[in-house]
Amino acid sequence: MAHEHAHDHDHEHHGPPPGLMRWVKTTNHKDLGTLYLCFSMLMFFIGGLMSLVIRAELFEPGLQFVHPEFFNSMTTMHALVMIFGGLMPAFTGLANWMVPMMVGAGDLALPRVNNWGFWLLPFAFALLLSTLFIGGGAPAGGWTMYPPLVLQTGAAFPLLIFSIHLMGISSITGAINVVVTILNMRAPGMTLLKMPLFVWTWLITAYLLIATMPVLAGAVTMLLTDKYFGTTFFDAAGGGDPVMFQHIFWFFGHPEVYILILPAFGVVSTIIPTFARKPLFGYDSMVYATASIAFLSFIVWAHHMFTVGMPLTGELFFMFSTMLIAVPTGVKVFNWIATMWKGSMTFETPMLFAVAFVFLFTIGGFSGLMLAIAPADFQYHDTYFVVAHFHYVLVPGAVFSVIAAIYYWIPKWTGHMYNEKLGKLHFWLSAIFINLTFFPQHFVGLAGMPRRIPDYAVQFTDFNQISTIGAFGFFFAQFLFIGNIMRCMARKGEKAKARAWEGAHGLEWTVASPAPYHTFEVPPQIDDAETQAAH
Amino acid sequence: MLLKKLMTVAGLMLASLAASVPAWAETPAAAQAKWNMPVGVTEISRSVHSLHMTIFYVCCVIGLVVFGAMFYSVFAHRRSRHPKPATFHESTLVEIIWTVLPFVVLIGMAIPATGTLVKMSDTSNSDMTIKITGYQWLWGYDYVGEGVSFYSRLDEASNAARQLDSGIDPASVENYLLNVDKPLVLPVGQKIRFQMTSADVIHAWWVPALGWKKDAIPGYVNEMWARIDEPGIYRGQCAELCGRDHGFMPIVVEALPQDEYEQWLAQQKGGDEAPAQSAETAAPATEVAAAEPAVAGDMDADADAGESEAPAAAAGDELSKDALMETGKNAYQANCSACHQADGNGLPPTFPSLHGSAVVTGPVDAQIAQVLKGKNAMPPFAYLSDKDIAAAITYTRNSWGNDAGVVQPAQVAAAR
Repeated sequence: MAHEHAHDHDHEHHGPPPGLMRWVKTTNHKDLGTLYLCFSMLMFFIGGLMSLVIRAELFEPGLQFVHPEFFNSMTTMHALVMIFGGLMPAFTGLANWMVPMMVGAGDLALPRVNNWGFWLLPFAFALLLSTLFIGGGAPAGGWTMYPPLVLQTGAAFPLLIFSIHLMGISSITGAINVVVTILNMRAPGMTLLKMPLFVWTWLITAYLLIATMPVLAGAVTMLLTDKYFGTTFFDAAGGGDPVMFQHIFWFFGHPEVYILILPAFGVVSTIIPTFARKPLFGYDSMVYATASIAFLSFIVWAHHMFTVGMPLTGELFFMFSTMLIAVPTGVKVFNWIATMWKGSMTFETPMLFAVAFVFLFTIGGFSGLMLAIAPADFQYHDTYFVVAHFHYVLVPGAVFSVIAAIYYWIPKWTGHMYNEKLGKLHFWLSAIFINLTFFPQHFVGLAGMPRRIPDYAVQFTDFNQISTIGAFGFFFAQFLFIGNIMRCMARKGEKAKARAWEGAHGLEWTVASPAPYHTFEVPPQIDDAETQAAH
Repeated sequence: MLLKKLMTVAGLMLASLAASVPAWAETPAAAQAKWNMPVGVTEISRSVHSLHMTIFYVCCVIGLVVFGAMFYSVFAHRRSRHPKPATFHESTLVEIIWTVLPFVVLIGMAIPATGTLVKMSDTSNSDMTIKITGYQWLWGYDYVGEGVSFYSRLDEASNAARQLDSGIDPASVENYLLNVDKPLVLPVGQKIRFQMTSADVIHAWWVPALGWKKDAIPGYVNEMWARIDEPGIYRGQCAELCGRDHGFMPIVVEALPQDEYEQWLAQQKGGDEAPAQSAETAAPATEVAAAEPAVAGDMDADADAGESEAPAAAAGDELSKDALMETGKNAYQANCSACHQADGNGLPPTFPSLHGSAVVTGPVDAQIAQVLKGKNAMPPFAYLSDKDIAAAITYTRNSWGNDAGVVQPAQVAAAR
């Protein structure tokens, strides 16, 4: 493997080796980026199917399709698959493809670690998904795995813990690779404050990952020993504390939220200037805002736990620190709008998704601000209002940014433009159906519908039906996206220029489309016009 | 087109407000608003509601300004109308303004929020205390110092309708999933302190009309308080995922004027074993259970099981097998059949069949221990009476072709 890799380097215009083993043995950041993205697409569809089971059951009051236990498995697995299998690998895939090209590096710093990091994932998810077919059923205690409930899981329990360990190792390897590459392998002249914002947001995300994934690993290991080795970390009867798990979990879990959204900020900060044909407004403050959000994300975790009975001072601290996050987040939204202001905008598909991101993510931000108010949270907590909130930031937020990024960079990856009409249709269907799905959930949540229930009181029926229709519509609309991607990958459609978008800047647009298998083996010259947003 | 979308969504938001405001005005404050948080019936719930509305309006105003600017730009600064882009990309003054201004707005929100939070946390000087214990999947209520305590679970009509493919239209069930066999009866005008804990996993006790929810955590005692202003019936649910039947452990609070409450309390003290007087649904359920012929097998999961209202016999007495089987059938239907099914077939692989099961036909002590302590997805049932447990075990050991002997309440008592 190593030999072949070295061999490729000797003849730099060699393409990849032929055959299937290319994908197993590859250490090329572009190949691994593609693998990550394909894997995440598969997981998005599996997780999406689970959400359809949930929404189908919730179409009407009463139980029509599944037993409550299986319903709980679906909500639990949907979250785990979407977060750890869908979004995180999608962003790692984008980082694989783009970070080396954006900083002018030949590859990621640790290519073989990169291969290992990816190939852990199929095994992790094979373990996790296999629990759907074993006695006792899949984990059903929620993705947050609160004890003592999660300790009632049957044979699926050790598989759950082990698969989370594997996902954690995979994330950490990806994060280390990103940090080392960015700090050591930038082309000469690519100073930190000239880096594209996507690189900045990923650098900060990588630090969040390295800081928090071991915390999660520790928490789930304690669960494992509590269940099988007689410890009582989280068992009050043995001197332990079930609430301590929640503190540890959310110390991971809240930065995790920003792990899922910071790279999305980076994507949007790249796309909006391109299509506004105007440099990003307030580059420096964008970097500082990202760093502040990352710092704050470590001191707000207990806002997920306002109802566990913390002392008053604790609740006040976490309420204030949480509200504070609105400031840097607001700065980001204002900067995006200021970038659009007096630009010369066109609305190709990536831009449509980016503008929708700004709008819909901000709606999620508003509900987040409401949730930060502890006394009001006593009402909102664990209702569909929360479900609506985090889906607004994760779906029309993070997922839209992934879609936007793929439309934006796929000409660079494949050398072919996607079909713009199909892309626009995909956008409008997605935007309409996603709002249909999640907007009504604000109402049912406020009116009193708890989350994670398979059946509900009849007064919640109307909104749930709208929501279900939206979910099915959104799911099926994504086949347009897959079709469009396949079209590019089959080398159909208009050939892309090196600079596929006229307003695009950055080193990735200085190489041919499709990008050669090896880029920047000789460090590029940094031309200030390519880093025009920075200065 | 984007503009149109904004207007649609904004319109939806405004419509929701418009629809909800008159609804509050013309219905009792206690009524569940369909679109919005209920105002509730306590001072706390009203201040929570007004906080909620204040933040919501602040967000609306910010949203109008921000989205207004964005969509104006989308409209006016598109290439067809604005072909030459400007080149500015920073302004320190503007950036300072939009950092400081939100900060000031946040302080404005934090002040009333802090006030409400401080009020909510003050459980001192209460007039009475209710201890709430969460179980998988029912609530236990204890009137501290009064010697009155009981369990409260999903009412029979909802329980029958909520079974998979029950064939019963939930809309035909009054207060579907939000009704219990025996509500928590509370007086109005008293400062009531609630203490929450749990016997198994974490639950959360939530009645929206009281304005808050609080987790019930094993090993913890959490506190909260309420002073209910108006008599009425207020419904809520468990709000923390607690396993299989998390969606099926509702809460009903019946707030009575002080004198009626005292009457009720006296009645409870007078006859602990008497059927609940105030539970509207208990009566029909009991009738059905009594009228049901004691033939095992034809009783489907949707049949009303009823509380075990069989003739009271003090635990410790030896009971005949027939008596145990009859009580056991009811206890089994009420507590076991959701998972193991009325016909004992279970739902493998999650919920094992009891036909010839090793546990059910094996040593008595092991089965008693499992029922008392639970195992994996099976919750502990120690909160049931010795007699019900003994009867349910007897029933499983002597039904569906099983023939493994009788268990007496004394054996259960000894195993506790």
